[in-house]
Amino acid sequence: MRGTLSDRTGAALLMAPLLLFLILAYAWPFLGVVKWSFTLPTPGLGQYGALATDPLVQSVFIRTLRIALIVTLVSVTAAYAITVVWVRGSPVQRVLAEFCILVPFWISVLTRAFGWVALLSNRGLINTWLQSIGFISEPLALVRNEFGVIIGMTHFLIPFAVFPLASAMRSLDERVLLAARGLGSSRMRTFWTVFVPMTRSGIIGSAMIVFVFSLGFFVTPAILGGGRSVMIAELIYLRIFQSPDWGLGAAISVVLVIFVGALMALLFRYVKPKQLV
Amino acid sequence: MPTYRPGPVSLILAVLVALFLLLPLLAVIPVSLTPSRMLAMPSGELSLRHYRALYEDPRWIDAILLSIRIGVVSSAISTMLALCFSLGIWMFQPRFTAALVGFVLLPMVVPPVVSAITLYFLLTSISGMSSFFGYDTWLGVAMAHSVMTVPFATVLILVSLSQLDRRIDLAARGLGASVWERATRIIMPNIKFGIVTAALLSFVLSWEEIGVTLFITSVNAITLPRLMWMGLRDNIDPAIAALSVILIIITVLVLAVRSIVTRQRGAH
Repeated sequence: MRGTLSDRTGAALLMAPLLLFLILAYAWPFLGVVKWSFTLPTPGLGQYGALATDPLVQSVFIRTLRIALIVTLVSVTAAYAITVVWVRGSPVQRVLAEFCILVPFWISVLTRAFGWVALLSNRGLINTWLQSIGFISEPLALVRNEFGVIIGMTHFLIPFAVFPLASAMRSLDERVLLAARGLGSSRMRTFWTVFVPMTRSGIIGSAMIVFVFSLGFFVTPAILGGGRSVMIAELIYLRIFQSPDWGLGAAISVVLVIFVGALMALLFRYVKPKQLV
Repeated sequence: MPTYRPGPVSLILAVLVALFLLLPLLAVIPVSLTPSRMLAMPSGELSLRHYRALYEDPRWIDAILLSIRIGVVSSAISTMLALCFSLGIWMFQPRFTAALVGFVLLPMVVPPVVSAITLYFLLTSISGMSSFFGYDTWLGVAMAHSVMTVPFATVLILVSLSQLDRRIDLAARGLGASVWERATRIIMPNIKFGIVTAALLSFVLSWEEIGVTLFITSVNAITLPRLMWMGLRDNIDPAIAALSVILIIITVLVLAVRSIVTRQRGAH
């Protein structure tokens, strides 16, 4: 039913405001950022050259990749464990699992980071408790380092890892599982040789989402890293507001967008967007 | 009902993950009750001084009011824009639907820090021309938040439209209803739950937005998350613990009401 002239005008009129808004407020200024990366402080490819040679920038890139990989591995594993119960548990187990996934999901990133500060800092819950039972005499350094960053990011990203996994587990034909059990396969063996391979698309989707999110993560690393474990996003913030070195901040942003874009393209070759939710 | 149930090993692992997820939310409760002025566990007596500080200190009140104002305005803008766009997509199914929707979803997919520097560029460019709209103004923040929340509103409205029966719209059209009548009297009443959800989600996302807000405010437009951020970066203020407890309680209550409402809707 498409094609008449008034239809096309109607569609254009309805869709124009949002498209115009995003072109003016998002696409055009992004081109401005790209321009900064080539013109500030002096015109040329200097900032991209700096990215390739500056040891500080490179160490931040490597740290970001390392943290993102660890966080992805831990979050997807943890998410898998709780998703199994959310999708296939008894009704009571499912309600409880859903509560534990959705409540943190809806609570702001700042509150969650603050909760970890309250737990992990020198005068926080864990150190106070370990000292009171005489297990340690000096507080452990649990926060304002990479360990704190990884804990906080994992906590933030587990709910995001859950959704693609849940979708894969829901669409799985459970007669296959019953057949494996009926043919005498143990519970463990059925899980590792049937259940896990059949949810592969969910695992890939979940890992990609968590990895991409980790690369651009800002708030949690800035608070729980305490300036000692700077990741890419915080480096951009520091270049804009403290150095100020807008050109380098812009160049890092452009590289980040290209990298994330390539990862997304790769993801959509293996997983259809509809399988992710 | 699944017949293949998780075994004891899965259950133990899931309980550990559940504890990990809830632990930091529970940890803020004792901290919020400490009588000390520093972040610490209460040793012995409890105190409500940090809750009192929240309503006695005008900075917190101002930040809460500003966040509400920005949230309402940006939620209204993004819901209106998302609704019109989604209606256009659903009613006319234009040729480049996938590309158009993909473009609208960009701010959701691009790393937030890149959106932040982009909006920083935009608002500092505008600031040269105007003093009440641009960098570090509440209107500038509201517009930036609209950019960030509009993809989420669009997804929600498109999902509720996809569940709508096309034949009721075709019937209205066959009976001679104009585009305006079809949109306002046939389609919108049928997706009002989706529209309300989109507006609510946009408000919540704006209310807790910090990644972009940090880049586009300095001293005037201090939203609640921005004030929390300042308290967390410098020396940690236990008033944040009290505020966190209140926010967690509100979240749990809203989620409980929401699950009751969805269950009742499902029952009908």
